[in-house]
Amino acid sequence: MEYTEIMVRYGELSTKGKNRRSFIDRLFGNVTKALHRFPALEIHARRDRLHVVLHGEDSAAVMTRLGQVFGIQNFSPSIRVERDMDQVRQTAIAMIKEQYQPGDTFKVNTRRSDHAFELDTNEMNTELGGVILDNIPGLTVRVHKPEITLRVEVRLDGIYLSSRTIKGAGGLPVGTAGRGMLMLSGGIDSPVAGYLAMKRGVAIQMVHFFSPPYTSTKALAKAKELTSKLAPYAGSIQFIEVPFTHIQETIKNKVPEAYLMTVQRRLMLRLTDKIREMHHGLAIFNGEALGQVASQTMESMVAINDVTTTPILRPVVSMDKNEIIKIAEDIDTFNLSIMPFEDCCTIFAPPAPKTRPNLEKTRVYEQLIDVEGLMAEAIAGIKMTEIKADEEFLAQDQSEIASLL
Amino acid sequence: MIYFDNSATTAAAPEVLTTYQTVSQAFFGNPSSLHALGNKADNLLQQSRQQIAQLIQAQPEEIYFTSGGTEGDNWVVKGTAIEKRQFGKHLITTEIEHPAVKNSMAQLEQLGYEVTYLPVDKHGFIDPADLKAALRSDTILVSIMAVNNEVGSIQPLKEVADILADYPRVHFHVDAVQSIGKGLLPMLRLPRIDFLTFSAHKFHGPRGTGFIYVRHGRQLAPLMTGGGQENNWRSGTENLPAIAGMAKALRLLLTDEPAKVQQQQAIKTKIYQHVAQKAKVTIFSENTAKFAPHILCFGIRGVRGETIVHAFEEHDIYLSTTSACSSKKGTISGTLAAMHVPDDIATSAVRVSLDENNTMAEAEAFMTAFDKIYARFELINS
Repeated sequence: MEYTEIMVRYGELSTKGKNRRSFIDRLFGNVTKALHRFPALEIHARRDRLHVVLHGEDSAAVMTRLGQVFGIQNFSPSIRVERDMDQVRQTAIAMIKEQYQPGDTFKVNTRRSDHAFELDTNEMNTELGGVILDNIPGLTVRVHKPEITLRVEVRLDGIYLSSRTIKGAGGLPVGTAGRGMLMLSGGIDSPVAGYLAMKRGVAIQMVHFFSPPYTSTKALAKAKELTSKLAPYAGSIQFIEVPFTHIQETIKNKVPEAYLMTVQRRLMLRLTDKIREMHHGLAIFNGEALGQVASQTMESMVAINDVTTTPILRPVVSMDKNEIIKIAEDIDTFNLSIMPFEDCCTIFAPPAPKTRPNLEKTRVYEQLIDVEGLMAEAIAGIKMTEIKADEEFLAQDQSEIASLL
Repeated sequence: MIYFDNSATTAAAPEVLTTYQTVSQAFFGNPSSLHALGNKADNLLQQSRQQIAQLIQAQPEEIYFTSGGTEGDNWVVKGTAIEKRQFGKHLITTEIEHPAVKNSMAQLEQLGYEVTYLPVDKHGFIDPADLKAALRSDTILVSIMAVNNEVGSIQPLKEVADILADYPRVHFHVDAVQSIGKGLLPMLRLPRIDFLTFSAHKFHGPRGTGFIYVRHGRQLAPLMTGGGQENNWRSGTENLPAIAGMAKALRLLLTDEPAKVQQQQAIKTKIYQHVAQKAKVTIFSENTAKFAPHILCFGIRGVRGETIVHAFEEHDIYLSTTSACSSKKGTISGTLAAMHVPDDIATSAVRVSLDENNTMAEAEAFMTAFDKIYARFELINS
């Protein structure tokens, strides 16, 4: 079907009282960014709906992108026809024919914003139901939970028909909840945590620690590519890489082995918090799941969390690994995450890290290193990259290779 | 120069050589090395694999790089024999296979394997009924070429595949060296075919490289063991310049394939119709859809094939006496012997083999030369 527009229904924001306007504006901005590759589109954000007028753009491709925008409950590809009953009938029949599977039932659901139209809603339902029944043998009417619902909207500028409703990504428009930092390692959990944070309206920035030569440039490229996988939900994401080699070497040199990991995590959190402050973020997100590894016991959280009062939000904290993996597969980060490049969490990992570190001892051991000096050095070495959807980092030399092959 | 010996080998395409040279210098790292140069080379290797897979409608993990057609054939035949030896020691092939298959089979016979060689009819085709009769419970491999390299007969692989549908454990190998770029991909990609052998230098790629297709799930014992390259199936540092060159050559080959095939068929038809008029000419490659569009095998009665080759050479036209591999040995063509062509006629056979670079003008020049040569031999031969 040659659809003329996509009608987008808002998610939870209809319940948000006087913030409604700012939510709609944000969603409008996010939809516009997500659809920037389709120049002919015309997007209107109204009070109850958002309309994407296609002007010939590919509806399937547009809907794929729309499906990734948070704050959308569902959307329907629609066709606008003139206020002429012959056209309405023809379009209605063609639309149902395309979708009809043997045994299906249907109903017609009409809304009128123009009450001056020649048929009222009941007349329209009866009229269209009749012609559809006459033209598609085997189809029957069912008012309660039919397989196909033909929605007809009579407006002043024309009549809109749609028969499909596609589930949106749900959640809240990214940005409406404010900004947060995500500690992105490259594993399975942190990208999922980032996805869930964005789903609740958070604009995230990635903070990634890397420790060359202990970690390879591939590990860094992998973290960037993971960011690119998450970028469609936000338009683009700021990637902040923090050099961590000197800190890790110093800790290894000075701190007792059992507390290496705990002190190292404290430094990561301190740095993330500092960066959050610099970027006016409100919270820190990470991919910790309770009990998964040594650093993710509640005792470890006490010893690590000690460095800040900033809220540390852990979207996957109570999930089982296979629940996290399920989401990672759905958002297509899983296969990237399991690529075997060592990240800075695993280097210098002692054979027996403390699973129940003592807070007092942790504080004492941390004082063995020059926290302020090392942090200043790391902050000075930060690099930032704006990452968009579909960027590739692991596969370098792409244009050179393309010319060779 | 008119080059009509493309089934023997082809000239490397200039674009392929550019790739070969660039890769040799800019991607010289070992794909197994951990550093950036190694990564860069590995990336190119995997993308070459991906491109080749895509071009033959396969998955990247179904492509294994080799040193060419001979290795591919050896590997599938002997690799299957090793891999499946506990299931049986019986293999089936045809009397008209390339020596890479035939002699691998002969070697296996010496090791205690049993081989059935399917005969062909006088036109060079196997009879699927013979295959059906030959299959046993201990058969582990059926190896049948797609296009015969000497006369161009296209073997009935569809019928073979249908028969083998009832023998799901038997490996089905097809030597596809002569059939790529000849409009036969749908036949090569029949779902029952497990293994395909390809060679790069037959399609303007570099020498010393090729690949096999291994259908997902099929197992093959390695012949080259060592550093674990190619998923530990074929060790040896990858010949990356040649592999990348081959990926490019294959892409060029399959671009506008239908038009290229049509042109070769038109040239073959023209030459066929011309030489067929002569009383002393015997044609072994019919001009029908059952034969490949690029191979025309014929003989002039009473003149040795070798003599015909040299006579054309005087006109700067290059053909061969059937298969280049056996032509120097002066033996009779294996395929023609299997077709029961009498010796005196078989020794007269020559092969014209075309590719997409040949033109109608070359066909005209060939025909002019042919007429002169034919008249000259008629004098001494009458």
